[in-house]
Amino acid sequence: MSAPVPNQPDSRSGTAPVALAARGIRKRFGAVEVLKGLTIEAKTGDVISMIGASGSGKSTFLRCLNLLERPTAGEIDFAGETLRLVPGRDGDLEAADASQLRRLRSGVAMVFQQFNLWAHMTALENVIEAPIQVQGLARAEAISRAEHYLERVGVAHRKDAYPAFLSGGEQQRVAIARALAMEPKVMLFDEPTSALDPELVGEVLRVMRGLAEEGRTMIVVTHEMSFARDVSNRAVFLHQGLIEEDGQPADVFRHPKSPRLAAFLQNTRR
Amino acid sequence: MLHGYLPAILGGLGSTLSVAGTSLAIACLFGLLGAAAKLSDSPIARGIAQTYTTLIRGVPELVLMLLLFYGGQIALNALADRMGWGYIDINPFAAGTLVMGFIFGAFLTETFRGAILAIPRGQIEAAQAFGMTRGQVMRRITLPQMVRHALPGFTNSWLVMLKASALVSIIGLDDMVHRANLAAAATRKPFTFYATIALIYLALTTISILALGYLERRYSHGVRKVDFR
Repeated sequence: MSAPVPNQPDSRSGTAPVALAARGIRKRFGAVEVLKGLTIEAKTGDVISMIGASGSGKSTFLRCLNLLERPTAGEIDFAGETLRLVPGRDGDLEAADASQLRRLRSGVAMVFQQFNLWAHMTALENVIEAPIQVQGLARAEAISRAEHYLERVGVAHRKDAYPAFLSGGEQQRVAIARALAMEPKVMLFDEPTSALDPELVGEVLRVMRGLAEEGRTMIVVTHEMSFARDVSNRAVFLHQGLIEEDGQPADVFRHPKSPRLAAFLQNTRR
Repeated sequence: MLHGYLPAILGGLGSTLSVAGTSLAIACLFGLLGAAAKLSDSPIARGIAQTYTTLIRGVPELVLMLLLFYGGQIALNALADRMGWGYIDINPFAAGTLVMGFIFGAFLTETFRGAILAIPRGQIEAAQAFGMTRGQVMRRITLPQMVRHALPGFTNSWLVMLKASALVSIIGLDDMVHRANLAAAATRKPFTFYATIALIYLALTTISILALGYLERRYSHGVRKVDFR
């Protein structure tokens, strides 16, 4: 892959429609409030990197966006539609309408830190599963779509292998193909390279960079500062459950306003 | 051969197999329900399932069978009397398989619960994150992987249950053991007849072990064997 593409945040997302928005998201685990009212808006084509120390709430926040984690309060809009939420038995919010939630989830694909491929299915079977089951695609069509995306992430030659026989980098690329096969409006990445051996991080980051350059809408929780700085058009710094800084990566990384971000950047410099 | 009793004993084999087979189906049903209850969010469901497995696994099968069969008969007729239904005679096949299924369902509850817990949580989450319904997650992700984890414990339960099916002869079912009893009494050759059915049980269990071993390999797609050399 070539040199980093310069960011042009304004031209990229200036007037684009909002693809996914979360407003006032709070999450409490018992007495501890880990998210204290976060608001984020991802416009179509945005690549948003969420950075911050461990425990700052990045992953929890990302998981609230598709309700894998049920927020205690807040609002989620997807593709111009507000997700109807009602308090569940434990007080946290849950979807009032299960089919509305499934619609959101089938348009917001997630890539996990631990890959979470289905172990009893081959790479190809993993990729065709949700398009067939959730989107009702015909098998033949799902297979040609899957082969296209496996090719795209460079693991087409491994399509008949089971996850246990793939390297971490291959598994994560299959997981990205699985997400792409949903042809999602938004992709969520939850620390996609954190479980990888250092020499395998590059292959996954290259795929993600390619996706960003295609103009896909991505929200990425990451510890890869180079990705956040060079690839994303927005960087959001979380600290103790609040958004401490939010702006263009060039500004955020070069001129951190908050001393905590400055300290964080200092510590992550290697 | 066998003083002409062989056809009679083999006839009883059919009864033994249908008791064991039907009991197994009922046990699987109780086992799945029990496992679902034990893993549910509802404290009431968990409490009922916990009581079920604790009580049933803690009392000998023979005692439970006699208790539920004769006790159940009396309770049912006391109820029938009060309602004015007249005398009800419990069908020993239905009663025997229900009681066996109920008992072994408690063992399978634990087997199935463990098998479900053995599936990494992240795979279930991934299925949910892609918009699958509860039923789809169960059918496509949980069940196929659970089979592999459940088979060793399931094999144990099946073997014990196949052998315990001999107990139904006590409540008057005409199975292989019952027929061997009659033949042994008539010819005064107990060794011959009990040895014969012992061998038949051994043949059945051996076939079962082979068949379930085959299933275990079939459901181990995608599993990598660890080589400790």
